[in-house]
Amino acid sequence: MKLVVMLGLIVAAPVLADEAQVALKEGEGKPLVEANCSMCHSLDYIQMNSTFLDRQGWEASVNKMIKVMGAPIRPDDVPLIVDYLNRNYGK
Amino acid sequence: MSFARRRFLVASAAGLALGGVRPFQALGADPALRTPGLPDGALDSARLDALPGKVPLIKRSWRPPNFETPVSYFEQAFTPNDAFFVRYHLASIPEVSAQQWRLQIAGDALDKPYELNLEQLRTSFEQVELNALCQCSGNRRGLSDPHVPGVQWGYGAMGNARWKGVRLKDVLARAGMKKEAVEVVFDGADGAVLDKTPDFVKSIPVWKALDDNTLLAFEMNGAPLPHWNGYPVRVIIPGWTATYWMKQVVSIQAVSQAYKGFWMATGYRIPKGKFPVVDRFTTQETEANTPITEMVVNSLITTPRNEQTFALLQPIEVKGLAWDGGYGIVSVDVSADAGRTWRTAELGTDLGRFSWRQWRFVIPAPRPGIHTIMARATNRAGCTQTQDLIFNPAGYHNNVMQRINIQVA
Repeated sequence: MKLVVMLGLIVAAPVLADEAQVALKEGEGKPLVEANCSMCHSLDYIQMNSTFLDRQGWEASVNKMIKVMGAPIRPDDVPLIVDYLNRNYGK
Repeated sequence: MSFARRRFLVASAAGLALGGVRPFQALGADPALRTPGLPDGALDSARLDALPGKVPLIKRSWRPPNFETPVSYFEQAFTPNDAFFVRYHLASIPEVSAQQWRLQIAGDALDKPYELNLEQLRTSFEQVELNALCQCSGNRRGLSDPHVPGVQWGYGAMGNARWKGVRLKDVLARAGMKKEAVEVVFDGADGAVLDKTPDFVKSIPVWKALDDNTLLAFEMNGAPLPHWNGYPVRVIIPGWTATYWMKQVVSIQAVSQAYKGFWMATGYRIPKGKFPVVDRFTTQETEANTPITEMVVNSLITTPRNEQTFALLQPIEVKGLAWDGGYGIVSVDVSADAGRTWRTAELGTDLGRFSWRQWRFVIPAPRPGIHTIMARATNRAGCTQTQDLIFNPAGYHNNVMQRINIQVA
């Protein structure tokens, strides 16, 4: 429930500064991954979930974000994101 | 500018400014961060860091905040509030003041919906206190073999506390619950960043909602709940995993139809028939799976630590905790030879069937060499821990017996 909107409360976001410490590996597609994935969560979710997913596993994760969590990721960007994740954080 | 977009920009700007420098890298050596069996990326990305009002905990993710309690805190019977683990699914977490907080009690299976403020909740019903373990369904997920995606918890996504509050059944009774009620649905003040993300909403069967031990708690270990643990009020479902213990609860609905939101219909499900659990959640069951309910019997060795060394002829004290879904722990057995022989440990004070129970065992004078210490708890229902992982895709209910290796030299 979004009480923020209902009551105009202040949102506690002190962790936003800390998550800036997270540095993903350099590689093709990194800006795309940063821009899309960090909309909803810090990028350490990617690091934490490595290295045990294969390309299919990462594809399933990205698709879950789109289909279940409603992430507005452009269909054209999906393979590029999955490629980056698999290349840098894949099994 | 939308709320979501604004937060995103703040995050990116900060990322640019700091350039990903890792000031805590040296802490990688801290034993709390070296849980054997976690994925390499989870070990690398863990940090010891403090959320506001908390001591340094093991950071699994910054946003939403997921922070694990180091095992050293589990040497105490009650987990300090400022060391209690933090688990969120969604990143929009409002700071709720006691003055502004309101609880809606509604739903199609209630006659007289009403609203309570905090003072009314505290003073209109009998207050009760209860010791209960709060354990994330996915505690130890990071030890799953093969690994499964999700927050890669080690042993510390749990904590034991003394909760004070009022009974949910009393709050519901005032609203006149109809006989058609099948589930009670909880919603907290937190929300998603994107409108399309399913809000974190959970339901429990009506029989569990009417249980004397199911509480709406406003105190934890004699103090108000920490913000990160649900201030001002959270739901306490003793014996059941923490997914149902809604933090910052603002809405409770009694409903005549099973609640089918994502976090019930899809999330937090276990395969049917694989785990020795008693409590069923029949309105949510499908052919293949069912919502997770009570905790399985489990134990934790808090001391010695893995790879600790001991001098010859020195007795070694083994200590730990054991718990289950509320039937009660009847025994804990300890092995100092990798499970070949077992001896009975001494149980500590019984703090109530929903609390964990401390235990200890002394190994008189082990021979030189490497010894593997194991512990195995048994509950009143006759259930014990498993030797081999009962694999499930979400990594729930991991009660594999630990193996702690020590060296005597």
